[in-house]
Amino acid sequence: MSMHLTRAGARGRPAFYNDPRIRSLAYQFVLCAVIAFLVYGAVANAVDNLRRAHIASGFGFWDASAGFDISQTLIPYSAQTSTYGRAFWVGLLNTLLVAGLGIVLATALGFLVGIARLSKNWLLAKCAAGYVEIIRNIPLLLQLLFWYNAVLKSLPDVRDSIALPGGAFLNNRGLFLPAPNFLHGFETVIVAAGVGLAAAFGFGRWARRRQERTGERAPVLWVTLIFVVGLPAAVFALRGFPLSFDYPQAGRFNIIGGFEVLPELVALLFGLTIYTAAFIAEVVRAGILAVARGQTEAAYSLGLKPGLTLRLIVVPQAMRVIVPPLTSQYLNLTKNSSLAVAIGYPDLVQVFTGTVLNQTGQAVEVVAITMLVYLTISLVTSLVMNIYNRRVALVER
Amino acid sequence: MKRTAVLIILGAFAFAQSASAQTLKTVKDRGLLICGANGTLAGFGLPDAQGKWTGLDVDVCRAIAAAIFNDADKVKFVPLSAKDRFTALQSGEVDVLVRNTTWTSSRDTSLGLNFTGVDYYDGQGFMVRKSLKVNSALELNGASVCVQQGTTTELNLADYFRAHNMQLKSVTFATANEAVKAYDAGRCDSYTTDASGLAAERLRLANPNDHVILPEIISKEPLGPAVRHGDDQWFDIVKWVLFAMINAEELGVNSKNVDEMLKSSNPDVKRLLGTEGNYGEQLGLTKDWVVRIVRLVGNYGEVFERNVGSGSPLKIDRGLNKLWNKGGIQYAPPVR
Repeated sequence: MSMHLTRAGARGRPAFYNDPRIRSLAYQFVLCAVIAFLVYGAVANAVDNLRRAHIASGFGFWDASAGFDISQTLIPYSAQTSTYGRAFWVGLLNTLLVAGLGIVLATALGFLVGIARLSKNWLLAKCAAGYVEIIRNIPLLLQLLFWYNAVLKSLPDVRDSIALPGGAFLNNRGLFLPAPNFLHGFETVIVAAGVGLAAAFGFGRWARRRQERTGERAPVLWVTLIFVVGLPAAVFALRGFPLSFDYPQAGRFNIIGGFEVLPELVALLFGLTIYTAAFIAEVVRAGILAVARGQTEAAYSLGLKPGLTLRLIVVPQAMRVIVPPLTSQYLNLTKNSSLAVAIGYPDLVQVFTGTVLNQTGQAVEVVAITMLVYLTISLVTSLVMNIYNRRVALVER
Repeated sequence: MKRTAVLIILGAFAFAQSASAQTLKTVKDRGLLICGANGTLAGFGLPDAQGKWTGLDVDVCRAIAAAIFNDADKVKFVPLSAKDRFTALQSGEVDVLVRNTTWTSSRDTSLGLNFTGVDYYDGQGFMVRKSLKVNSALELNGASVCVQQGTTTELNLADYFRAHNMQLKSVTFATANEAVKAYDAGRCDSYTTDASGLAAERLRLANPNDHVILPEIISKEPLGPAVRHGDDQWFDIVKWVLFAMINAEELGVNSKNVDEMLKSSNPDVKRLLGTEGNYGEQLGLTKDWVVRIVRLVGNYGEVFERNVGSGSPLKIDRGLNKLWNKGGIQYAPPVR
């Protein structure tokens, strides 16, 4: 039998160039080679053209002195001593700040609106539907310009600032808050807060295990509050309140001192949050509707209240459907933050592909770096969300 | 499939070859000069409601077209922001950039540009609200200043505040329009740009009379046309078109008397207007190139007065831009 098969195989074996496996390998190899050659050709061509036009190339500009000012810097930066490389980091952090805050706020607002749209309350559901339909059908750039003008036009001039309780000021140049000054001894408070958080987390796990085992419930809320708030507060008092505030004051032109929140940041954050939340609301609604009606009915028949049903039965199952499209919304928000350039918020695109590109003239390098950065941010966001997705995904037992 | 790949590769090489073309030939074949212009700055480059462009820089482009085509309207203007202008010129999107652009060493070298001359000697200034009761830029310590991105202005601003030990809060916008609007809305105490730009932008504010331009000029801003590196003939043409306009003013040749001047016996005028010698042909143009420029566009003085001087709403004094023999520094090498 086996002899027969072998002989048949030997007789029927095609020539190597007719072997589908070898053929497909060869095609793939040729395709890769062609792509590699085209990429090489494009790069060589660009380099050649740049050299012919005597345009500077390379990354030497990274360490050259920048010489321009940036309105919001999360790390120390000065026009005189900082480099273009430093300006890049300033812009990147500003992008990450607005994207991070935007993702948190848009998620919260999006979940609320998504759930509200499914509410039995007619008015609430229609309001949520109206919000979604209006917001997601207006281009984001227009919304950003609207919010920026709304912020600038509706707030008073700097000389008529609104004084808020606690020593804060609000005007069309931003929100000015008292800035905390950490005195000697404050580090122990931070340590205490860390210990408190860890303890609260540990207690929560222990309480859940015990409940699963014995059905007894522990006062988790109170214990968490004591660990997270009480412990650091006690240490803070024991160390003699090692914290002072730098209050903003009216200066000749501006409010000086304190912690400053730029109107550009607020407008961008408003615009991105409200826009993305409309899409997230639809994602959430789709996710909840994807959970079979029987699940809710089963929960009700067990005597769970609607709120608990939503929290314990529906949302955990809906998350499986929600997470993948939610990831795309997070990526969109991050990439849309580059529209900051229209309203003067110093994000990566504004600072780096705007001012730095123009002052150095090195478009190829600057744009390549910026694209790489957005690619990296997006891939990292995807990675994190995929890990989370794996955790909430349906596990077959 | 292999054949397609070969074609693509050949295409890529063809592209590599075509990068160093002769600009004059390209422009002539196209029948149109493509000129990078401002688009939002009155007096320098601004289209009106009918789409007709006016401005000092715009007229320089028209003069180049007049010299080449004997038709000042064979120009397509591409409005560019300060931020995008150099990339547009480097990539060949425009043939020449005449967009109130300051001539600096780094732009002349590492950006791959050649500045051909100075069509307006400018300097950076500040505008503030009268109600602030500021009389000098040196009193601006701690002020917020709105500024356009990608300009020498942005750098001078930081330098000036540092040199005088003053605190600066700059707010940067991608276009002059956005910066001016934010200043008008009270976002900043001051708006800074070239003095000519301040005069033009002030007229666009809600209440121009509530604003004042401070006396300090904090920088040198020689504004002029620029071309790409690597085409000397085109560089010469753009350079000498501007020189021709200045020489025409110096020799008293203007759009009204140019036909009479053709009969002039003054050897300088004869060389300029091509009745003697073949200086236009040496440039790759025709003998009557200056006649075309002056007849269709005018000499430097006419263009200045019409766009930014006494004949315009801006009413800017000629100041430094007077001819060298009239107390200014506009000076052109001779045609000979």
